[in-house]
Amino acid sequence: MASPESAVNGPTMTAGAASKSLRNAFGGVIAFIILVLIGVLAFSIRLFSVIKYESVIHEFDPYFNYRVTQFLSKNGIYDFWNWFDDRTWYPLGRVIGGTVYPGLTLTAGTIWKVVNSLNIPLSVETVCVFTAPIFSAFASWAAYLLTKEVKGPGAGLTAAALLAMVPSYISRSVAGSYDNEAVAIFALVFTFYLYIKTLNTGSLFYATLNALAYFYMVCSWGGYTFIINLIPMHVLLCIVTGRYSSRLYIAYAPLVVLGTLLASLVPVVGFNAVLTSEHFASFLVFIIIHVVALAYYIKGILSPKMFKVAVTLVVSAGLAVCCAVIAILIAVVASSPTKGWSGRSLTLLDPTYASKYIPIIASVSEHQPPTWPSYFMDINVLAFLVPAGIIACFMPLTDSSSFVILYIVTSVYFSGVMVRLMLVLAPAACILSGIALSEAFNVLTRSIKFQLPGIAGNPSIAVRMWCIMSTSKENGSSTVVAPNDIPKTEEAAKEKPAKKNRKKEKENVEKKPTPSKTEKRLLVLPLEASVIAVLLLVLLGAFYVVHCVWAAAEAYSAPSIVLTSHSNDGGLHVFDDFREAYSWLSHNTDVDDKVASWWDYGYQTTAMANRTVLVDNNTWNNTHIATVGTAMSSPEKQAWEIFHSLDVKYVLVVFGGVVGYPSDDINKFLWMVRIGGGVFPHIKEPDYLRDGQYRIDAQATPTMLNCLMYKLSYFRFVETDGKGFDRVRRTEIGKKHFKLTHFEEVFTTHHWMVRIYKLKPQRNRIRGKTKKSKSSRSVSSKRDVRGKRNPWH
Amino acid sequence: LSLSQVENTGKAAASDVLLAFPPTEAEHLAEVKAQAASGKKRKKTYAHLIVEPTDVPDAPNGAKGFRLALHNPLSPGETTTIEVLYMLTHSMEPFPAEISQSDPQLVYYRDSAYILSPYRIKQQTTFIKTPSTNVQSFSRVEPTNRAGMELKYGPYEDLPAYSYSPVLVHFENNNPFAVVEELVREVEISHWGNLQITEHYTLAHGGAKLKGVFSRVDYQSRPSASGVSSFKNLLARLPPRVHSVYYRDEIGNISSSRLRTDSRKSELEIEPRYPLFGGWKSTFIIGYGLPLEDFLFESTDGKRYLNFTFGCPLSGTVVDKLTLKVVLPEGSKDPSAVIPFPVEEHMETKYSYLDVVGRPVLVLEKKNVVPEHNIPFQVYYTFNPIFMLAEPLMLVSTVFFLFASCVAYLHIDISIRKG
Repeated sequence: MASPESAVNGPTMTAGAASKSLRNAFGGVIAFIILVLIGVLAFSIRLFSVIKYESVIHEFDPYFNYRVTQFLSKNGIYDFWNWFDDRTWYPLGRVIGGTVYPGLTLTAGTIWKVVNSLNIPLSVETVCVFTAPIFSAFASWAAYLLTKEVKGPGAGLTAAALLAMVPSYISRSVAGSYDNEAVAIFALVFTFYLYIKTLNTGSLFYATLNALAYFYMVCSWGGYTFIINLIPMHVLLCIVTGRYSSRLYIAYAPLVVLGTLLASLVPVVGFNAVLTSEHFASFLVFIIIHVVALAYYIKGILSPKMFKVAVTLVVSAGLAVCCAVIAILIAVVASSPTKGWSGRSLTLLDPTYASKYIPIIASVSEHQPPTWPSYFMDINVLAFLVPAGIIACFMPLTDSSSFVILYIVTSVYFSGVMVRLMLVLAPAACILSGIALSEAFNVLTRSIKFQLPGIAGNPSIAVRMWCIMSTSKENGSSTVVAPNDIPKTEEAAKEKPAKKNRKKEKENVEKKPTPSKTEKRLLVLPLEASVIAVLLLVLLGAFYVVHCVWAAAEAYSAPSIVLTSHSNDGGLHVFDDFREAYSWLSHNTDVDDKVASWWDYGYQTTAMANRTVLVDNNTWNNTHIATVGTAMSSPEKQAWEIFHSLDVKYVLVVFGGVVGYPSDDINKFLWMVRIGGGVFPHIKEPDYLRDGQYRIDAQATPTMLNCLMYKLSYFRFVETDGKGFDRVRRTEIGKKHFKLTHFEEVFTTHHWMVRIYKLKPQRNRIRGKTKKSKSSRSVSSKRDVRGKRNPWH
Repeated sequence: LSLSQVENTGKAAASDVLLAFPPTEAEHLAEVKAQAASGKKRKKTYAHLIVEPTDVPDAPNGAKGFRLALHNPLSPGETTTIEVLYMLTHSMEPFPAEISQSDPQLVYYRDSAYILSPYRIKQQTTFIKTPSTNVQSFSRVEPTNRAGMELKYGPYEDLPAYSYSPVLVHFENNNPFAVVEELVREVEISHWGNLQITEHYTLAHGGAKLKGVFSRVDYQSRPSASGVSSFKNLLARLPPRVHSVYYRDEIGNISSSRLRTDSRKSELEIEPRYPLFGGWKSTFIIGYGLPLEDFLFESTDGKRYLNFTFGCPLSGTVVDKLTLKVVLPEGSKDPSAVIPFPVEEHMETKYSYLDVVGRPVLVLEKKNVVPEHNIPFQVYYTFNPIFMLAEPLMLVSTVFFLFASCVAYLHIDISIRKG
């Protein structure tokens, strides 16, 4: 908990006495120890879920990843690539190997294999549960490296400590939250680090590593498009602001070439790496950077007069070619219905897109725009520190600090569109807050030191080993130069002037004297103000730590398959209904039975109950989901027909009315109606609403009271308390006594949270002749109507 | 099905005594015990007799035979009293085979009014005790009497050898028919002071299958009338000083369990995730640790031996197939088991934490295990304590080499060009 403070103060304590090299060594060792502690902190703060609950996979998607990992560890990598999963999306199936981001699975599978080859018998589940905490420790180390490249180790350590416990990231990476994001954030930050490192060093080695890190990111998460758009944006920014250098070229060009080649190796991306619009920006910038590079080259070998002539020539010719190419591209892109963008990307560009066209994306709560409180909840005080960090990055603006600014600006936008992308914002916020805190501590502690009696006469002490000179606010201009910037500029100055443009030379000339100048112009804040400010900052940090620990312990560690409540006498009551139902399904139904439920429970059913489901959380086929939605919102008989045509044996509904579990199927029901109605127009949302209000009491519409979801949820519910009082909706239900004709209850869990019904078998047709003809006629007439409704007939 | 205790006393005259069982019973025969009684009523003393299966050459219809060796050969004309206790599993058949949630469970019990015997029987009586007074029907082989919970067949006089007269009793039995279809117990010995036991259960309700609907409303609101033959909790009797007990299944912890410990025994009350109705199944795992000094001893010849209880710790259940694996520490040799009844034995190798050569595993398998099999058995082996240090030394040397290589790396300049 003390690490952020000690990260900044630690080296200061040792700074005074020893010689410089010893000081460096001490600083290095202390920084290393602090980093290890930060890693331990990042790992252990995520273990609340294991301690408070149990070592179990959380939520929905992690169950799928867990199942895939199990398959991988059992059948090996080749079977994994070729895996066609017939236990989901019945009767369509799903090609898992080609539609899954394999990074997380392969990572955990490799860890499992290594550990087991050392004869440490960890189960796949254990490895999966602890993958996320391990990788969040890696992510905070990556944040240290990235921030160190931008603003030096002090800022790096602060940023790493902040990232280790930022609630937004904790929410996605507690032990058991075995999701893509867990490793992807590490990959994201590490890729950015390598990019900055390449940019600062111009080393082709780091450029290659960068491409590999990018490859890992592509393997891990669909969010890789953020990288492949952000880096080109930064490159473009550098070019436009006249910061083009050979280092920029080395940082960018190999990444595009190697990165795209590697990305297309991942089956789920494949040719999308060159075909879809998400990647378009990178290629455009790739062309631009080559043009610019050529221009600089020509400029270098031609005399200024000739160059002017050449420019006019090239520009006029180039413009014509560019126009032609762009026209073709636009034509190609426009010919595809979504303009070459995927639905989720379009939602990012146009936040209203999903709610208009794709209800299935809009129905997921994590795709909603966040509210202001969620910013405070997820990044807490960082939200206030970020602006200060941005200002610090402008003093001075380097290639790397401009990248960080660009990163924070874009991620703030994206997090504003989807609450889920708050996760991308978190590292950026941590890095900038780390910079801000570190700068602030720098200024303040130096002012204190400068004014303390005894050492005031010796200004050299005030100069830190790694940082950083900054002037006071009074003269408005301040300069911060990281030590790695100094050799860089010197190096640049050594290069042949012929190779450089004049502007760059000018810059170097301007830049070179600045460190010595600011050293002399060192101005300080009043002692009392500094002391108070330091105390306040420490208080702020403490507040952040308290909030993070609270968030990790209380808000984000519930596994969501187990619910707990505290009874009045302080006892803990456990609601383990989901696993009760899945366990019942897995032991007491036939292996090949098909279970229909809303798609939320698809992954869990396949993973925990090992039964075939119709739809699951990989919402790749909207029509199929709409079919299930239609069945749930139809009357019993039609629903039975739809389910029967799909070979369904059991229907599972989640019902919270007895214990007051709010995210049950009745509360999700309007989305079923909407999604079903989107494909089958006879389901109309207004039929289920009374005066625009969704209700299930006596005022509810007859369509609502007769639909399958209502009946399955409330079947014999009235017998529990005699009135049928629904504790979620806080009302008595509308229709209390009814019988099921086509379904029979086969299992209901202890707290009624999961109810499983079986489809009754088809009725025998041995009847009187007249009746038979009647019924057959009615069936056939109905079928005509249904022909449009049910796609499976 | 379980615990159908049928006691028979017979009188015979020979040096060996043969017992015979019909083939259907022999399949489910869990245990045969015999003891010879001597003395009069109150002062009876019992001497255990050795029972071993034999072939009976002239037995009709493949009847299985068991031989009892008497301590003192009987001279002709002399009489002795032998008590034979045998246990059958799965001897009751639910009828109707499928019942709904509100029905009581009725079962058939099939037996013979006359005991199957290779000898001529002078006089014989059979008593059948039923768990409830509700007896739907029973076969009559005169003279037959029924009084409350007891049925009396006989006495019959002068029966020829291998006489057989089937009887069928149909009665209500709402006892939970908890059957552990398969139980794998793994006992892992660590000479660092711990005995780790892991038990994998496949539990089933062997009674009448539940037909159609399971309604939670009925089950919760009328517990006496609904699902009377179902059961929802089990009791596991564990040794005292048990620690780190867990109860889980393949999808995670099961929160409904309770542990009571005192100095003599520990009782773990467990509830499966859902109440078990007829035909329903469930699987779960119980694991616990025990202090090693309670179970591991050194014998006089320098060997070590483990003294542990065979059988299933769950009370009131039968186990169709029990596999007991005793995992000995790495480096132990010559394992041998001493068990008071016949079991199948073979060896395996298991690799656990940082093992190099693997741990020898003695696997004992037995079918039809009843609570009477919960008796101690011994596994003898030799072990050199030096092997205990192998793994710590391995770890220490790994860390040492790591640091050594770090130091080496920092002091060696491997760049090609100086500068």
